[in-house]
Amino acid sequence: MRHHLLRLSGGALTLALAGLGLSQTATADVVSRGALMATTCYACHGTDGRSSGTIPSIYGYPTEIMVAQMLAFRDGTRPSTVMDRHATGYTDEEIRLIAEHFSTLR
Amino acid sequence: MTTQISRRHFLRALGAGGAATALAACGTLSDSRKTKGQVVVVGGGSGGATAAKYLKRFDPNLDVVLIEPIPRHYTCYGSNWYLGGLTRMDRLAQTFTVLRDTHGIQVIHDTVTAIDRDNHKVHLAGGDRLSYQKLVLSPGIDFRYDAVAGYGPEVAETIPHAWKAGPQTQTLRRQLEAMPDGGVFVMVVPGNPFRCPPGPYERASLVAHYFKQHKPRSKIIILDNKETFSKQGLFMDGWQQLYGNMIEWVPSSQGGQVEEVDAATRTVYADGGLTRFQADVLNFIPPQEAGRIAVESGLTGATGWCPVNQLTFESAMDPDIFIIGDASIAGQMPKSGHSANTQGKVAAAAIVRTMAGMEMLALSTVNTCYSLVGPEYGISIAAVYRYSDGEITGVPGSGGVSPADASLHFRRQEARYAQGWYDSITADIWG
Repeated sequence: MRHHLLRLSGGALTLALAGLGLSQTATADVVSRGALMATTCYACHGTDGRSSGTIPSIYGYPTEIMVAQMLAFRDGTRPSTVMDRHATGYTDEEIRLIAEHFSTLR
Repeated sequence: MTTQISRRHFLRALGAGGAATALAACGTLSDSRKTKGQVVVVGGGSGGATAAKYLKRFDPNLDVVLIEPIPRHYTCYGSNWYLGGLTRMDRLAQTFTVLRDTHGIQVIHDTVTAIDRDNHKVHLAGGDRLSYQKLVLSPGIDFRYDAVAGYGPEVAETIPHAWKAGPQTQTLRRQLEAMPDGGVFVMVVPGNPFRCPPGPYERASLVAHYFKQHKPRSKIIILDNKETFSKQGLFMDGWQQLYGNMIEWVPSSQGGQVEEVDAATRTVYADGGLTRFQADVLNFIPPQEAGRIAVESGLTGATGWCPVNQLTFESAMDPDIFIIGDASIAGQMPKSGHSANTQGKVAAAAIVRTMAGMEMLALSTVNTCYSLVGPEYGISIAAVYRYSDGEITGVPGSGGVSPADASLHFRRQEARYAQGWYDSITADIWG
């Protein structure tokens, strides 16, 4: 629901700016650092975190849950095949930005 | 010729019930007031197709044209699975239908013969000239045929490289099928850097899997022009466990550096002629450089690869050309499908942000490469890369290979994830 509202207001904003002859500001939202970093996850977890294969989908996770999982992969308290090797490369801030992005995807 | 192809495509789009889409695309193209400029993407492989799709995702108002000679792209990743008999060739075929019909990308099946950098135009073999505001070049690799005496394009039918997936892969499979039990399969592998660093060793593994079932007295010899290779310990452990002594790896210092090939007898000479290997099936993977169009357009450096700004993938030679995938020099990122996919997104974001007057952001990205040692035995290498101080480097303390002492359950899990990776990344690129 919240997501729909955001999307609506984003569209209205775009229209308004188009009227002023300005470029689409979806740019500012869509290609944010969190959104862009999240795209590297799509190769395994599917576009927008929707996997069609054997690797789990990760869209729509509440931010705090994904952050907790990533931290658990990072400190080794949650076993994994490959996620521990990924999680150790990300800072707290990066993990949160990526998690926030996935939480908005439905 | 080009015009005819384009028209046929247009008609096919109409026929397929895509009238609205096709017309909408034309409307966008002709109405310059609505558009912000045209981005031309050259090459529909993992890098180029990703860039085209994500340019549209990041900014639907952009006109994006994708030029790719072949209507069906066969992924290199997965082609070893086909060689080992684990999958069919058509399962590796990717098409451009969804990019065209769903994502609104204009797809032209033609070959770029020249890039007129001064006038911002690409020339197509069919005669058309296309203007670009920004150009994304994802030309992949070409082979350096001058590196080893006796090997060139004229012998590729007898001695396949099979390092661009397609007919070459099928040629190699046919040769392996025709080989008698007890035969010798020799692979010649180049030094670094080259496309898909673990690829040759996965190939040896899955050919061994095929031999074990159908020709168990056969032998595989890898003649390698280097001293170490990707996931070496894991591969060699797996080979021992699954195939005993079937695979022999010869590093360059011990006779693995091939200097001459005699195509007629499938014989290779190494070690200054001191060592000679005669093969029943010979797979020669030549040394590589950036795809020819990049070389001919003056976009490569002394190494034969393309120097780029590693934050944006903008060419060091031309600010309006972005070079991604295997052709680019991307710091420590390997020449892999996942890297090309990530770089396509980075270049797309850089272009969209630049056009909107914003600077590009420094990112952390990952690379994951799965390899199958056997159908139920997967291994991986992973890394996290970060841009800083002008260069992409691996984040210290992250990444690495699968554990050496992992259980068979773990290996089976990674084999399943290898297939999952394939399904996800191909959908992310062409879906």
